[in-house]
Amino acid sequence: MHNLAIYLRKFRKECVLAPLFKLLEALFDLLVPLVVAKMIDSNAVVMGKKYMFIYFGTLIAMAIIGLAFSIVAQFFSAKASCGFAGSLRQALFDHIQGFSFAELDRLGSDTLITRLSDDVNQVQTGLNMGLRLLLRSPFIVFGAMVMAFTIDTTCALVFAVAIPVLLAVTFLIMKVSIPLFGRVQSGLDRVTALTRENLTGVRVIRAFCQEKEAVEEFERSNKALTRLNVFVGKVSALLNPLTYVLINIAAAVLIDKAAVRVELGALQQGEVVALYNYMLQIIVELIKLAALIITLNKSLACAKRVSGILDVKPSMEYASPFIEDAKEGKSQANGNGSPAVEFSNVTFTYPGAGAPSLLDIGFKAYEGQTIGVIGGTGSGKSTLVSLIPRFYDVDNGTVSLNGIDVRNISKAELCNETGFVPQKAVLFKGSIRDNMKLGNEQTTDADIWEALETAQAKEIVEKKPGMLDFEVEQGGKNLSGGQKQRLTIARALVKKPRILILDDSSSALDFATDAALRKAIHALPVTTFIVSQRIACVMQADLILVLDNGTLAGKGTHEELMSSCPVYQDIYYSQFPEERNANAKESMA
Amino acid sequence: MKNVKTKQEASTASALRKLSPFIGRYWVGLAASIVLAGAMVVLQLYVPILFGDAIDLMVGEGRVSFDGIASYTGRIIMLVCISAICTYFMNLINNRIAFGIVREIRSKAIEHVQRVPLSYLDSHSTGDIVSRITTDTDVLSDGLLLGFTQLFSGIITVIVTLFFMFSKNVTVSLLVVVLTPLSFVVARFISSRSFNLFKKQSEIRGRQTGFIDEIVGNQKVVKAFGYEDRASSRFRKINDELVDCSQQAIFYSSLTNPSTRFVNSLVYACVALVGILLVPGGGLTVGGLSVLLAYANQYMKPFNDISSVVTEMQNALACASRLFSFLEEKEESPEAPLVFGSVKGAVDIKDVSFRYEKDRPLIEGLNVHAEPGMKIAIVGPTGCGKTTIINLLMRFYDVDNGTISIDGTPITDITRHSLRRSYGMVLQDTWLKGDTVRENIRFGKPDASDEEIIEAAKASHCWEFIQRLPNGLDTILSDDGISQGQKQLLCIARVMLCHPPMLILDEATSSIDTRTEILIQQAFDTLMKGRTSFIVAHRLSTIRNASLILVMKDGHIMEQGTHDELLSRGGFYEKLYNSQFQQV
Repeated sequence: MHNLAIYLRKFRKECVLAPLFKLLEALFDLLVPLVVAKMIDSNAVVMGKKYMFIYFGTLIAMAIIGLAFSIVAQFFSAKASCGFAGSLRQALFDHIQGFSFAELDRLGSDTLITRLSDDVNQVQTGLNMGLRLLLRSPFIVFGAMVMAFTIDTTCALVFAVAIPVLLAVTFLIMKVSIPLFGRVQSGLDRVTALTRENLTGVRVIRAFCQEKEAVEEFERSNKALTRLNVFVGKVSALLNPLTYVLINIAAAVLIDKAAVRVELGALQQGEVVALYNYMLQIIVELIKLAALIITLNKSLACAKRVSGILDVKPSMEYASPFIEDAKEGKSQANGNGSPAVEFSNVTFTYPGAGAPSLLDIGFKAYEGQTIGVIGGTGSGKSTLVSLIPRFYDVDNGTVSLNGIDVRNISKAELCNETGFVPQKAVLFKGSIRDNMKLGNEQTTDADIWEALETAQAKEIVEKKPGMLDFEVEQGGKNLSGGQKQRLTIARALVKKPRILILDDSSSALDFATDAALRKAIHALPVTTFIVSQRIACVMQADLILVLDNGTLAGKGTHEELMSSCPVYQDIYYSQFPEERNANAKESMA
Repeated sequence: MKNVKTKQEASTASALRKLSPFIGRYWVGLAASIVLAGAMVVLQLYVPILFGDAIDLMVGEGRVSFDGIASYTGRIIMLVCISAICTYFMNLINNRIAFGIVREIRSKAIEHVQRVPLSYLDSHSTGDIVSRITTDTDVLSDGLLLGFTQLFSGIITVIVTLFFMFSKNVTVSLLVVVLTPLSFVVARFISSRSFNLFKKQSEIRGRQTGFIDEIVGNQKVVKAFGYEDRASSRFRKINDELVDCSQQAIFYSSLTNPSTRFVNSLVYACVALVGILLVPGGGLTVGGLSVLLAYANQYMKPFNDISSVVTEMQNALACASRLFSFLEEKEESPEAPLVFGSVKGAVDIKDVSFRYEKDRPLIEGLNVHAEPGMKIAIVGPTGCGKTTIINLLMRFYDVDNGTISIDGTPITDITRHSLRRSYGMVLQDTWLKGDTVRENIRFGKPDASDEEIIEAAKASHCWEFIQRLPNGLDTILSDDGISQGQKQLLCIARVMLCHPPMLILDEATSSIDTRTEILIQQAFDTLMKGRTSFIVAHRLSTIRNASLILVMKDGHIMEQGTHDELLSRGGFYEKLYNSQFQQV
């Protein structure tokens, strides 16, 4: 949690001043009963009405000063809590930007989004309430006791006994009920999950005639949640009546004791009223304190979760961009005709996975070549290409670009060298031009149009109102799947990368467009990796890598693989069944 | 503006009316709660008077009546205990009522989900309906709870306080009654200021959440394009705006409490002054003054409570009306009486037309006849109505015109269950329960033995990967635990276990690699020998051996025939089929 303190330190002044002014205000609150007692005891007839008006004026003045202090306190508290939450949110966002794929996989974007929004907001609320009330309530409670001691020591002993008992009861009930609140929340989550399941699965549930069972399952969770809620209610409903009884018993004892003191002449009637008023002040603050503890408890849990994310260190470090040696090495390497991309003995395991996803992969891809990657689902195709821009670090072996290990290339350079088109076509809210500039802010419109043409997307953009200024909605909702795919391909091309990676990114295109796209890309001077399930997409590649359960089952051209690689043949015949018959006939003949 | 408001009020009123049968069932508890609340309030307000009377018995040195005081404190303790017990039981009863009502409404809602037409569910976002059933009911329960607990007691408190105050002293009481509305004016003034700021805050927060969703939700794309720094600086801009706005909003709104407290302090001071001036003339005793001071402090609280309860209740009723608008959605047409015995599998689609939207024709005059045991494939470009035919066959939607019959009986004459039981269905959308693999496979046949489950898993080629899961059949499935292809295999196993008389496959193997797909295909062919099946496919290689291929475009059947017939015809199918072999 101490990693959050850095952001609070900026608001050190406010964090001290807010509670301080709150306490000053509380001090005036505490003085009020004392003034009233003086009013009662200094008999109006004896002292004259003038004194009464002086006391009255004092009360009014105290109210005004109290208001002023309180406004100052609220101001500092709002400034500190919002400012702190703001810098924490920014820091968290920046921190997430530094995460590598491994951390993103492990934490999941849903978690990160919740931390950034709901959790930080809850921390803000907690800090704000805490600054305002955390010191004030105990101060009033103990302040009331201190004031009681200044009035009469014997009577004040009642306070000294009552307050610890009240605090003990309050904390005991909180201690029992707070964990129960957590269980209620998870019960509610379960009900929500089942509701969602019933809606998303409505076709399957109806097709399998499972409506009754689905309702019964929901009912079980629903009933459990209700039972839990009623139980928690039973516990937390104890707090108010119990503290009420205790404080009034204390007040009754106080009256009994005060009676003796008054009889002895040690105490005056007005002072008894003051003591009684202090007793009443305690209960009001105690109830506030209980509510505050619940809020703070929630906020602390959120703060811990936020802090947990800030504690996650990015697992990947990049070479600094200006290492001269590396640069020289690179030009030398180029001169030597090193392959554009080389994998040697690469083994890779996803963090937390039991078995490697890629095992001992080796191949060389030369400048300008087209490399096809094919294999069944889960065979490691996407994993293989995601190692080229160093989305993940290998366990063993090396991945090198132009003869340089990717681990020795700076982040910016890696980013410029490679253009990656992911499986899921994602576009951002903003104009088409903004989207195209994602990889390079300086791109000109001419470059964008060129890339769009290669990606077979020129026509799409030309037909849109405003063309490049056409506003894409969040998630690209106002574009079809095929349109989005072509635009994401163009987006990667705009960067003019030397290595282009298409990770099964033309699945929504019809066969003719897909073919035209491959033809246009082939004309560019780039090394291209095409990941696909479709044999037709990779058949013409200069080199085809066949993956099977993470191992390289074969590499070579289509013809070579057809004669040597059984896995490739299987895939081929599963897509071109009549060829198998033809070949079978041939071999028969 | 005014119009909107009255409409809102009307819907709130009608929500309350619709809620009343749910509440009415608890009338005994409700009556008990009101009685307990009354007792609690009267006692709680009476206790300060007893304290005041006791204080009056200690006038000064040597003039204290100990007996009187002891009897007062004894009564106080007894009354306080009774009041506390009343409070506790009132809370228990209210809890039970509020949570009971919500539980009932939720059950009703989930039963309703099973019965509303799919057209409703398809045209409304899942998130919206989920939030109606969960979040809205939650707000409703909070509102009801608060309403029951604080509304009655608040009103009773005001009345009883006024009564007790006036019985002590009329002048001072009038003073309190006249001055307290001041704090309302102050509070109203502040809240109208802060309302606009909060509105602005939630607008900025909405924008920020959208940005976070977009960037963090697609963090990998951001990384791949080196967009991190620019994303950070864009975030900074929105974030600074938000901090600015929240600071103001929170500051302004937090002025409410100190300001109303200030007004209260003024009232308190006035009461003290006037009261003290009345004491010497015998208009008021010191004990009486202490009572009035206590009341002056407390008098505001029920007003604040009531106004917050009213807001909360309005909120709750708004949620209730959203909930009821879902609950009142018309259910599917009533069930027909007939139940199928055994199904042979002759399916007849006759002159069927159907459209999702009235002004957009989709399927017009569709005729298909399937003999028992036929394998019917439906192909065509996206949006041509392939999936719609499946919606109609399963009666997820009813046809507008024409009839669909099985073995000569129109499907509208038989119960939905009996119709749906005669089909096994695998959709492209792989829905699985958040439950164990075992429960998912035996979803359609809950009493299936492990042997049957394993057999089905083997037939659908998923037994191998199930064995590799951490807990085998007992592994609980989560959304990202297994791949899309593996999910499809489980959906296929689920159907294999049921041995349905007819089969519907809608792009059922789209995420499975082509080699496994062929094996699955063979398994289906064995399973469905002599049974009718309908197959929607994107990959044409998988349907070459179909007995009848329907080529659809724009809701019509363009061509039909076997694979070889269609190829030799050289039409749309031939073009579609050969385009997949096109080379660069």
